[in-house]
Amino acid sequence: MTALKKITIDGITVEVDPAMTIIQAAEVAGVEIPRFCYHERLSIAGNCRMCLVEVVGGPPKPAASCAMQVRDLRGGPNGEPPVVRTNSPMVKKAREGVMEFLLINHPLDCPICDQGGECDLQDQAMAYGVDFSRYREPKRAAEDLDLGPLVATTMTRCISCTRCVRFTTEVAGVTDMGQTGRGEDSEITTYLGKLIDSNLQGNIIDLCPVGALTSKPYAFTARPWELTKTETIDVMDALGSNVRVDTKGREVMRILPRNHDGVNEEWISDKTRFVWDGLRRQRLDRPYVREGGRLRPATWPQALAAAAAALGRGKVAGLVGDLAPVEAAFALKHLVQGLGGAVECRLDGAALRPGNRGAYAGTARIEDIDTADGILLIGSNPRDEAPVLNARIRKAWLKGAWVGLIGPMADLTYDVTHLGTGREALAQALAAGRQMTLARPLVVLGQGAIRDADGAAVMAFVARMCAETGAGLLVLHTAASRVGAMDVGAVAEGGLSAALDGAATVWALGADEIDIPAGPTVIYQGSHGDRGAHRADIILPAAAWTEENGLFVNTEGRPQLAFRAGFPPGEAKENWAIIRALSGELGRAQPWDSLDALRRALWTAHPVLARIDTVEAKPLAPLPEAPLGSGPFRPAVADFYLTNPIARASALMGELSALAARRAPARLAAE
Amino acid sequence: MRVFVPQDAAARAVGADLVATALAAAAARLGIDLALVRTGSRGMVWLEPLVEVEVAGVRRGFGPAAPEDAAAILDGTSPKALGPVADLPWMRGQLRLTFARVGVTDPLSLADYAAHGGWRGLAAARAMDPAAVVAAVKASGLRGRGGAGFPAGIKWDTVRTAPGPLKSVVCNADEGDSGTFADRMLMEGDPFCLIEGMAIAAHAVGAQTGYIYIRSEYPDAIRVMEAAVSAARPLVAPFEIEVRVGAGAYVCGEETALLNSLEGRRGEVRAKPPLPALQGLFGRPTVVNNVLTLAAVPHILAEGPEGYAALGTGRSRGTIPLQIAGNVRRGGLYEAPFGLTLGQIVHDIAGGTATGRPVKAVQVGGPLGAWFPPALFDTVIDYEAFAAAGGLIGHAGIVVMDDTADMLAMARFAMEFCAIESCGKCTPCRIGAVRGVETIDRIAAGDLAALPLLADLCATMKAGSLCALGGFTPYPVMSAVTHFPDDFRRMARAAE
Repeated sequence: MTALKKITIDGITVEVDPAMTIIQAAEVAGVEIPRFCYHERLSIAGNCRMCLVEVVGGPPKPAASCAMQVRDLRGGPNGEPPVVRTNSPMVKKAREGVMEFLLINHPLDCPICDQGGECDLQDQAMAYGVDFSRYREPKRAAEDLDLGPLVATTMTRCISCTRCVRFTTEVAGVTDMGQTGRGEDSEITTYLGKLIDSNLQGNIIDLCPVGALTSKPYAFTARPWELTKTETIDVMDALGSNVRVDTKGREVMRILPRNHDGVNEEWISDKTRFVWDGLRRQRLDRPYVREGGRLRPATWPQALAAAAAALGRGKVAGLVGDLAPVEAAFALKHLVQGLGGAVECRLDGAALRPGNRGAYAGTARIEDIDTADGILLIGSNPRDEAPVLNARIRKAWLKGAWVGLIGPMADLTYDVTHLGTGREALAQALAAGRQMTLARPLVVLGQGAIRDADGAAVMAFVARMCAETGAGLLVLHTAASRVGAMDVGAVAEGGLSAALDGAATVWALGADEIDIPAGPTVIYQGSHGDRGAHRADIILPAAAWTEENGLFVNTEGRPQLAFRAGFPPGEAKENWAIIRALSGELGRAQPWDSLDALRRALWTAHPVLARIDTVEAKPLAPLPEAPLGSGPFRPAVADFYLTNPIARASALMGELSALAARRAPARLAAE
Repeated sequence: MRVFVPQDAAARAVGADLVATALAAAAARLGIDLALVRTGSRGMVWLEPLVEVEVAGVRRGFGPAAPEDAAAILDGTSPKALGPVADLPWMRGQLRLTFARVGVTDPLSLADYAAHGGWRGLAAARAMDPAAVVAAVKASGLRGRGGAGFPAGIKWDTVRTAPGPLKSVVCNADEGDSGTFADRMLMEGDPFCLIEGMAIAAHAVGAQTGYIYIRSEYPDAIRVMEAAVSAARPLVAPFEIEVRVGAGAYVCGEETALLNSLEGRRGEVRAKPPLPALQGLFGRPTVVNNVLTLAAVPHILAEGPEGYAALGTGRSRGTIPLQIAGNVRRGGLYEAPFGLTLGQIVHDIAGGTATGRPVKAVQVGGPLGAWFPPALFDTVIDYEAFAAAGGLIGHAGIVVMDDTADMLAMARFAMEFCAIESCGKCTPCRIGAVRGVETIDRIAAGDLAALPLLADLCATMKAGSLCALGGFTPYPVMSAVTHFPDDFRRMARAAE
């Protein structure tokens, strides 16, 4: 840690890391400096010139505070800290001048602009500008870009801050955006007008400080001040991105990222951001019971009675789907095991070992990627499985980390050393790993590596590899429910096939990613009319993840609370409540009458889940080794945009999936 | 018989090649054994093509020569005889240190270069510790000749002490300022001098690679430099130099934009810090110096820094190659110690205007330099004195205008130049320059209310621009407004 340096900003003296820029030091001092181009997660461009400050004793003109580091400032002759002013006449004049320039070309069409109410230009013009313009000449015109179905452009509003260019180039790793032309003719554009091939592109909407880039699906539907904001957790992948769900009435209008340095920084994937139209379609809003081969609408009492009858008929198998909150998995397990049945959450066949948290949640934290100097991806395509995590790996790579890949070759937006496509490369990688002198190696193990017949053997081999090389292990899950369900022990001896074997009734809690074999009676409890509902004999309509409070444990084992942003449609109920009701119907009433009471029971049984937003140390117990199979690993995610019933119900995700397929015909053909 | 004809682009533009051909033909006809040497230019552009004939070890000049003068020049009867070139007043008044060999030697002859004192500086430097070389450059007081006037030794020391296994020396030869041509004349007339300077810099800072970034508008300089780099390769090894050609953007003469261009990126300015000295070309510590800065170094190392430091005035030490252009009787390159006044240069050296009309204004430092009225002709060529007078020396290009000049049009030109050449990165330059042109047009149309607006616009550009392009454009504009207010009120007055 470098010695701190004192700096006085507007009379407030603070001690900061000398590597900080003035704009960051001002944040420490609680002094606000206006900015457009500066963003703490992007490189410094220094082009908007809004953040000018006066450095006392420095050059007789204002300095851009985003680019100037505290260490470069000179203090007074008697050791006084350097003095910076953000409110002097010089600064005020410079800011007003820059703001006046920015507004010369800006169309000032705030009444028809979706950015209105949350626009940096609007806010800063109010705070630092003047209320009229002295320029009368025509404004500069610019042609809009077609960036595809997600991002709407109005390029006359663009102030050329280049945040979008820097985000796509640096974070998303696609070099399709750039600035072309010179002087006033310079414009932000895409290479040859093509669409951006990135599943993180929605973030440029948030980054755009003006209304040049806005959300196309959200266009003209709401003003920010009309929206109810609920801070919650995303379930589209296993990262547990922190999001804010904005609702108007009971409709979700949009989803935005929240900052969490340990999880998603401040990015989210396009699926997380734009999946909400799927919440309005294909919804199960009343119970159904199959009669004479056809599903017939039923009342809750009828459906519960039918379900209770089915559950009394013989062996029961409970399946925990990919989007289920921990409480529902816990309650399902409680009830089904009470009936003598088995529950299972490893629906993709992944060889996750219960009780060994270091093996199924990994020993590492997501944050460890930042400091890793060598990362080995095994059977994982993080760009499809968790795009935000992939951007983090890219960040480590940009800092110089080596990245290796065992599995099908893919464009991950950074250079990888491709060690092989399957198991055969593991031994060789271990041998190479022993030779490498890495200070902080990390293994990212994807579900694609451990869901085949030899999954347990691969898992054991990788565990030994980590132990021998001192590498951290990050198990990259694809389902938001999985780690939590593993934590509550929602697993059956012998796995999915053993659980289903001889079952008379299957209670599928949002299990849509597998085909339930013919034979047993299926109770489907879930939110969307997808694969599970088609197979069902009894449908119990449930809330989707924005419609109930729930606990989710992300891929690194971090419990986080999701909050209800709206109410479920029609007669759909919260998941835990349906299970509680059915337990009553069965005469085995569960000992909780509220979610709070359920959580108390859950946390008593599994204290680790009570430590919200912390990642506990996760020891990795050695695993019994077995011979590895052969052949390449199969990707865990076949289509990024269609991984769950909500995404499959979304028209927009369908369009994005089709666009992606059209972009990569060769890749699909090869598969 | 040895005859010297310049092959400098300025001389060729007025027919030096034809004169050389005619001289060879006439010599053949007269049976004279002619040794024709193509040199750089002496800098007396009004005398070009200036033919020099060596008689008894003295080089006598004839100019401006035409092809039909060839025979008379060879037999010594030409009425264009000027006498010994070294005795011409233009030459006698100078102290040519950087340009000592330009116009004298064959630019691409290694033997000629060595015979005229070449490589002595490099040999001296290589016999010294790098830190001692940097100390010598610091002691000489040499400041960057590209315009900013930053002490070269301090910049070199920053690069020398910067951590990093790979370092670079980049020569900025993107001489885009109007009215400047010293870089071109040096590269065409004495390319080894620049190479020697770069090799000394490389030794001093520990650089392995060097790049000379030449604007594409200088085909002759590119050709000469490439040949010279190739010829001198064994002499400067293991240091490697490459010539890179720009693509016509003025802003690529700004050091960080130049580095971007060299890296193959969009030629736009980078935010500083980080300084190029610490993170320059491809992120390596990099010396970026102008041609004249690097070409001044061999003399300093060969002769020691004391003599160089003894020249000049104030904190501006050594000599400065002035480039005199525009409406003048005698234009060209004139190297002299700092300290001449603007009046001496315009009246005594340049001989006033070519049209014979009174001088109205002088622009010093290229298109972004301030206009000086005759009232300020006592300003001394010195970085601080010019800054105090509201101007800048820049690359020491001096453009003279007579009293027919319309200073409003000149101010508009400066804004228009900035609007065309702006890279478009920062707000003040990108938007200000375009709106500046329009605002000046409003003034031209008689809208005097636009004058304070122009002043505010210039203040924002000056205070807010990322680099000197937008930051210095207000100099020619506001100096024109300040010193020549009548030119901005003509239309308004006519309306009354």
